Amino acid sequence: MSLFTAENLAINFGGVKAVDGVNFEIEEGECFTIIGPNGAGKTTIFNLISRIYDSTEGRMTFRGEDITTTPPHDIAGLGIARTFQNIELFEHATVLQNLLVGRHCHTKRSIWKEGLFTPSVRNEELRHREKVEEIIDFLDLQHYRESFIMNLPYGVRKVVELGRALCTEPKLILLDEPSSGLNVEETQDMAFWIEDIKKELGITVLMVEHDMGLVSEVSDRVLVLNYGRMLAFGTPAEVQSDPEVIKAYLGG
Amino acid sequence: MRFLFKTNYEQDIRLAKHSGYYWSYGALLAIVFAAPLMLDSYYVGQMTQLYIMAIAGVGLMLLSGYTGLVSLGHAAFFGIGAYTEAVLTGNGLHLPFMEEPIVFSFFLSFPLAGLLAAVAGIAIGIPALRLTGIYLAIATFAFAIVVEEVFSRWESVTNGYTGLLVEYIEIGGVTLTDGTPFYFLCLGVLIAVILFSLNLLRSPTGRAMMAVRDSEISAQSMGVNLAQTKTTAFALSAGITGLAGALFAHKLGFLSPESFTVLQSLELLVLVVVGGLGSIHGAIFGAMFVLALPQALAILKDYLPAEIAETPGIEPFIFGLILVFFIIFEPLGIYGRWLKVKLYFQMFPLYKKATFKRQKAYMKSERLK
Repeated sequence: MSLFTAENLAINFGGVKAVDGVNFEIEEGECFTIIGPNGAGKTTIFNLISRIYDSTEGRMTFRGEDITTTPPHDIAGLGIARTFQNIELFEHATVLQNLLVGRHCHTKRSIWKEGLFTPSVRNEELRHREKVEEIIDFLDLQHYRESFIMNLPYGVRKVVELGRALCTEPKLILLDEPSSGLNVEETQDMAFWIEDIKKELGITVLMVEHDMGLVSEVSDRVLVLNYGRMLAFGTPAEVQSDPEVIKAYLGG
Repeated sequence: MRFLFKTNYEQDIRLAKHSGYYWSYGALLAIVFAAPLMLDSYYVGQMTQLYIMAIAGVGLMLLSGYTGLVSLGHAAFFGIGAYTEAVLTGNGLHLPFMEEPIVFSFFLSFPLAGLLAAVAGIAIGIPALRLTGIYLAIATFAFAIVVEEVFSRWESVTNGYTGLLVEYIEIGGVTLTDGTPFYFLCLGVLIAVILFSLNLLRSPTGRAMMAVRDSEISAQSMGVNLAQTKTTAFALSAGITGLAGALFAHKLGFLSPESFTVLQSLELLVLVVVGGLGSIHGAIFGAMFVLALPQALAILKDYLPAEIAETPGIEPFIFGLILVFFIIFEPLGIYGRWLKVKLYFQMFPLYKKATFKRQKAYMKSERLK
């Protein structure tokens, strides 16, 4: 059984068909990439999966469960985490606090217990901190633990956002342009981390990416979108030599 | 300069981050506990007033400073707390099937005042879920005006503009007049409210509130239930402000709708903005500012040339001027300035003016997006 399936997924914004009848299946343990020209509907698909948008048609399943109408705040608890194209971190909080918010779906909350900071709350906090510390280790963020996000350079923020998504202990992680705004060296680091996330942590990766170098390095399968429709599908090499894809990118 | 070498996670969780905290907050506690013995009754009354404003400030800070929801209607919750307390301990609650009204003791009426304000907070919080920034400010503003009308028109309960006398608090046969015992009551409530808030802010619920403030979309994707978090913040904030209102009723001894106007709401908002959005310290500093400013202005008047000092409206003018200067030059408020002064001494003589240069970032609630 596939980890995630999208059947005939579609969404309209007024008269614009941003995503139009898209079908795909993501197998456990693979790195699945969506590429396409600007405005092809890649990020819209991400927003559909994280349930920020309601799809007009079609259905989505995750581990056999229908998630087409799941409330957006329950998605993380099911095991789907995401990052954003234009970093959406909590700017006025430290890296540590940001990562701890990533643990939110694993917390038990009660205002009265928290207000009195009972031993059970304390123990739970300690437990979450241990987990967060593992992620800090994994992504080499020790140096920035106590820094406020607003004082961090773009490249580090990108890594913190990846870390925050990993803190939810996802089965499937959605990376929206993980290399945008990164220099060559940072992009290479990102490629290694994506490989590690896939192999070491055993998390399935769904990613939107423009950098074809990174795509061919880490992806197993690639889906090409154009104007919300599926244009091509296959391994990175197959897709890159597809005449339809070349036409969509270069015109003609 | 102090460097903290952390060896366990407890150190991150602790409220007192290092031994310096015990010294400085210990000294502060000693001062506030010794104050009534040293000061004359006027200043004790002023400090009591300060604590009440600070409690309300902490309440609004949780909402505006930490959850990023601007409220221009907190005088309503303050008033609901005050009137509930006054009615329950005074005339008592008339139930249709009972001959005699039930008069509550302070231990029951005080939490009930907070609870009723919290319920009002939920009532305004739920329809306000879809509103942010300036629209939320307008909605809460409208709510405050409605509540003010209720206070003046519902004469059978509130006595309208004739006013309502408030009884002194009686605890175990001892009457707490407006003096030292009442001072300690307010101080105790303030300390409890601060500790409760600090504990909450280092727990998942507090972090969820900050997450909602900084990015709703990613908070949601991390599993934060926006509706629940915002409603909780509204309820807590209104409840704490209601508690402050209940103490205020006893402090004043006489309630009329004029004490809970829109100006009072504005004063509370000024309190959190000038104090420093996003810090509990800010609520305390802000309360000091709001209380001290009118007095400072009165003193200042004596030194101004007669033509200027006698001009009508000079006080609100200076009040506004100071506010504008704060927003332009110190968006982090008095607490921000406090941090800079502290750093100056910690780094002495190496403090660089540019240290805080890059942090000229505004809180979301301030941007009113």
